[in-house]
Parts: sequence; C-alpha cells; structure tokens
Amino acid sequence: MRSIQELEAIRESTLENMTLRKEHNGTRIVVGMATCGIAAGARGVLTAFMEELAERKLIHVALTQMGCIGMCHLEPIVEVHQPGHETVTYVKVTPDMARRIVREHIEGGSPIEEYTLSHYRAK
Amino acid sequence: MREIALHMADIAENSLAAGAARIKLSVMIDRAADRLITAVEDNGRGMDADTLYRCTDPFMTTRTARRVGLGIALFKLSAEQSGGSFTIRSEQGRGTRAEAAYIISGIDRAPLGSIADTMAALIAANPETDFTLEYAADGKAFAFATDTTPYNDRTPAFAAAAKKEIQQRIDEINGGAEPI
Ligand SMILES: Nc1ncnc2c1ncn2[C@@H]1O[C@H](COP(=O)(O)OP(=O)(O)OP(=O)(O)O)[C@@H](O)[C@H]1O
Ligand SMILES: [Mg+2]
Repeated sequence: MRSIQELEAIRESTLENMTLRKEHNGTRIVVGMATCGIAAGARGVLTAFMEELAERKLIHVALTQMGCIGMCHLEPIVEVHQPGHETVTYVKVTPDMARRIVREHIEGGSPIEEYTLSHYRAK
Repeated sequence: MREIALHMADIAENSLAAGAARIKLSVMIDRAADRLITAVEDNGRGMDADTLYRCTDPFMTTRTARRVGLGIALFKLSAEQSGGSFTIRSEQGRGTRAEAAYIISGIDRAPLGSIADTMAALIAANPETDFTLEYAADGKAFAFATDTTPYNDRTPAFAAAAKKEIQQRIDEINGGAEPI
C-alpha cells in the first residue's frame, strides 16, 4: 500500500507533466524508423533520446518517428524541428550522438554542425 | 535485421503508417514444442486483396520515397530461414495481422532480441497510439498495455519506466531459462 505522501507526490508530478505537456514548446525530434532506419540502428537511437529526455525532464519536447525519406544509406536519420528555426537533419546518428544532440542542441540551443546532412554533403 | 524484435518494430511502423490507433505485439515461446510465434496486429486501414497478395514481394511498396518495400519480405524470410512459416491477414477498414512462426532450434534463426526496447521505442515515439504486449513462455504469461495512461502522462519518462517494467516481467517469466 502506498502512503498518502507518496500518492500526493505522484499526483503533483502528474499535474506538473500535464501543464508542461500542454505548454509543448513546439520542438520535435523525429527519428527515421522504416526498415532502412531500424536495420542501421534507429531503435537504439530512439531509446537513447527517450532516456536522455526523461533524465533531463525535457517533457515539453515531442519525440516521434517517421518512415523512409529516400536516403537509406544515411540512416539512422534524425530531424529536429523548432519553431522559428530551419529544420536540422542529422545523419548516421548513434545513441551517443543522440545524447549529445539533446544536451547541446535541444538544451543548449546550438545544433551540432558536424553531424548534419549539409556537413556530410559538403565533405 | 539482427533481432526478431527489430522486425517487429519495423512491422509496427507499417501499422503506424496505416493510421492504426491500437497496435498489439505478441510473443509466444514454447520451448517443449521448439516453437516461437511472434505477431503484430493493428486496427489500421488494412489492405485490399491485391496489395495483400503482393505485400510480401520486396519490389512492392506504396511508398514514394523509395521503390522497394522490404519490411514484410524480411520478416517472412526470417521465419522461413528458421524452418518456420509466415502468415498475413488484412481487411480493409479493419486492420492487419502479420505472424511469423519460428523453429527455435533452427540454425539460421535470429535471436528474439529486446522486446522491451522495441516496446519502449514505439511507446516513446507515439504517445497517441495504444500499445499492448502479450507475452507468454512455457505456460506463464503477462500483458502490458498503455491504454489506461492518459496522453499527458505519455512522456519519455513513462516510456523509460515501461521498458524497465516489461524487461522485469520478461525476466520473471523466463526464470533462469536461456534467452532465445
Ligand atoms: N499493417 C499494414 N496496414 C496496411 N498496409 C500495409 C501494412 N503493412 C504493409 N502494408 C502495405 O504493404 C506495403 C509493403 O510493406 P513493407 O513493410 O514490406 O514495405 P514498406 O513499408 O513499403 O517499406 P519498408 O518497410 O522497406 O520501409 C506497404 O507499402 C503498404 O502498402
Ligand atoms: Mg515497412
């Protein structure tokens, strides 16, 4: 049986989540999860985003998945959409890169140029 | 694909693309019978008879980004490589169910892999979709469902907690048995 204090704590954190989720700040992280993405490791990338967002309590950020966008050889592909900013496309993403994207781009506000599609193309 | 659970994540992507509101993954392990049955079922828009007939063909896709569709063909192949079989049923407007049955001892069978990771990834990325896992092994079973969790609580933290809970229950059910 849970104590009243525990129940109260759960209720409070739920209420907190609800307001934050309603106040969704429009940031969306989208992971390519078609066959090509999954075969290249997209599931581990998605769960790395999940864990990093959970740990940092970034519940105003939406995490979603998408199908194949026609660049199978560059999977896992991740797009970061933010209102007022151009979409940033990251290619060949690993779980470690995903955690860094959360810290530096989502939290810190600076996209990681060396991971992007435009950087990859310029090489 | 290195894991059967990865095929299941991929087949569930088809369900999401078909607009499913509910997706059920099931895993049934029967060590005595040397059988493993996995299935993905959805209530999405389904397929017409022609699409259903051709969907296991790798050159068939309704995607526009790429001209081949591989998901179903690879799931089917993974079952057949173990000496097992594959079936897919679909009805327009009602949904689709894809089932891959494996021979556990089949030498070319891929490992089942992490069902908890597959469920967590789906739960994390699709807060508006209800997911169920039905898991049974050698006479013991459990089910996990997101249905009772309101949208506002479907946070990354919820998905991470779901992953832990599912893994714990899978471990409980399998006891000390060798993972398959
Ligand atoms: N659950 C489903 N509901 C409705 N249609 C489906 C479903 N699963 C597959 N289909 C149809 O069958 C086609 C083939 O599916 P398959 O997974 O093999 O390839 P794909 O999804 O097109 O591409 P890929 O999986 O390689 O990213 C799909 O394009 C879709 O038209
Ligand atoms: Mg597919």
